[in-house]
Amino acid sequence: MKLRLFKQERCCPRMGPGCLSAGLPVVCLFVVMCQTTIMAVEYDGGVVIGADSRTTTGAYIANRVTDKLTRIHNKIYCCRSGSAADTQAIAEIVAYQLGFHSIELDEPPLVETAANLFRASCYRYREELTAGILVAGWDKRKGGQVYSVPIGGMLVRQPVSVGGSGSTYIYGFMDANYKPGMNKEQCMELTAAALSLAMERDGSSGGVVRLASISEEGVERRVILGNQLPKFSTH
Amino acid sequence: MALSNIFETPTPGFNFDNTARNAALEGLFNGGNTPKAMKTGTTIAGVVFKDGVVLGADTRATSGEVVADKMCAKIHYISPNIYCCGAGTAADTEKTTDLLSSNLAIYSLNSGRNPRVVMAVNILQDMLYRYHGQIGANLILGGVDCTGNHLYTVGPYGSVNKVPYLSMGSGDLAALGILEDGFKPDLELEPAKELVRAAIKAGIMNDLGSGNNIDICVITKQRVDYIRPYQESQYKDNRKIKYKYRPGMTPFLTEKVVPLKLEVVQESVQKMETA
Repeated sequence: MKLRLFKQERCCPRMGPGCLSAGLPVVCLFVVMCQTTIMAVEYDGGVVIGADSRTTTGAYIANRVTDKLTRIHNKIYCCRSGSAADTQAIAEIVAYQLGFHSIELDEPPLVETAANLFRASCYRYREELTAGILVAGWDKRKGGQVYSVPIGGMLVRQPVSVGGSGSTYIYGFMDANYKPGMNKEQCMELTAAALSLAMERDGSSGGVVRLASISEEGVERRVILGNQLPKFSTH
Repeated sequence: MALSNIFETPTPGFNFDNTARNAALEGLFNGGNTPKAMKTGTTIAGVVFKDGVVLGADTRATSGEVVADKMCAKIHYISPNIYCCGAGTAADTEKTTDLLSSNLAIYSLNSGRNPRVVMAVNILQDMLYRYHGQIGANLILGGVDCTGNHLYTVGPYGSVNKVPYLSMGSGDLAALGILEDGFKPDLELEPAKELVRAAIKAGIMNDLGSGNNIDICVITKQRVDYIRPYQESQYKDNRKIKYKYRPGMTPFLTEKVVPLKLEVVQESVQKMETA
C-alpha cells in the first residue's frame, strides 16, 4: 500500500471534485479500495455468494488474495465492495451488534436483521462512507435470502444480486442465465462464470474467485484459482 | 470489560478537529511552503516462515530531499512477541506504535496473558479508522502468539490485510518483486532472512527514499532476534576530521558576572517515612 501525499488538481477517488472547495488541506491520498465484483444468488435451501480477490490503492494491487466474503454470524455472510477500511469497519460493527442481539434473543439472528443493521449504518453515515454490501445467509424463517445494501444505504431483497465496479459487465449475463429454481451446484457454476467474465473485463477485479454456500447444514467455502477459472475467449 | 478497557472510550464518530487547525496553519505561511512532515520514505518487508516471522526495514528517514536520519529505527517494539515496521510519516508511526505498545502492556498486566497479534491489529485498525486517514501510518505487524505466526498490514484509513509476505513504503514495488519471486510457504530461517534482506536491498537500490543500512527482526516462539544493523551500507562515508572541541578552546574577550538575587519565600520540611 502506498501513501502518496502531494498537491494536485484532479479529484481523488475518495472525496471527489468537491474536496478542493471544501476548505480541506489539498492532499490526495490513494485510498485502499475493494473495487471488486461481488455476487450473491438464492436457491431453495440456501445462498451462494462469490467475490474476486483484488484490493487496489490507485493502480497498485495492495492485496491480490483478499477475502471479501466476511462472516457476520454463523450463517450470515456479507460481500464487501467499496472502500476497504469503511467496509471492514462496518462489518465489524454489525457483527458485534448482531452477536449481541443474538445472545439477547438466545436464538440465531435473521438475515433481515443483519441487512437492516448494515442499512442503518450505511444510511446514517452515507456522506462519509463508500460501501456497497451484499448481505446473504440462511435462517429458519425464510431460508436463503440475499439483501443488497448499495452506496447510499438502500435496502432491497433480491433473488440474485451483483455489486462492485465489475458488476456492470455482467448484468446482461446474469439476466440471460439466471433462472429461478436452480440448485446449489448450478448456482455455484453461474457465480463462478459470472465472476470470471467480470474479472476478465474489469481492471479493478481479478485474482482468484472465492465462493461460499450457506445453508442449514452450514457454510462451505471454495477457492477457484486463476488457472482453473472457466474460460470464455472471444479469440 | 476491565481486561480490554485500556483508556476511556473516545467519543464515537469521526474526529476532524485537526483538519481545521492544519488549514489555519497553512494560512499562516501566506501561500509559501509549509514545513514538510518528516517522512520515512521507506522500504519495509515481512515474511512468515516455518518457525515465525521475519521483519526487515531500511534505516533512512528523509525530510524533503535531505536525509534527516541515517540510522533511523523503523522496526518498533510492540510487545515481547510482536514487532511493527512503520512507513509513512515518522512521527505518526512512532506515536501510534508507542500508544499500542503501552496499551498492550496494560492489557498483559491486567489479564496475565501474552497479547495476540490480532489484538494489536484490531486496536490499530480502530484508531486509524477513527482518524479517517489523517494519521499517515502504514504499518506491518508481525508476531508469534499461541495461535501461530501472523503477518498483518494496516493502512492509514484503517484497512487490514492478512498475508504471508508483503512490503510497504516507497520502495515496496522493488521489494515485492523479490518477494514474489522468492517466497515459498514454510521457509527455513536462513533462506527467510536472506529473502527479506534481498527485498530491502532491492528497495534501497531502486528507491531514493530508502537507503543506508538494513535492519532485520526475527520473531520466533522462543526468542526475538533484533539485528540492527543486519547489513551495513557499503557507501558509508568516513569523517575527515574530528568535530569534538576540548573545553576551553573558545577564547572569550570580555566577562561580566551578574549575581541573581534570590530570596527564600517559604521553607517547609517534610519528614520521609523510612520505617
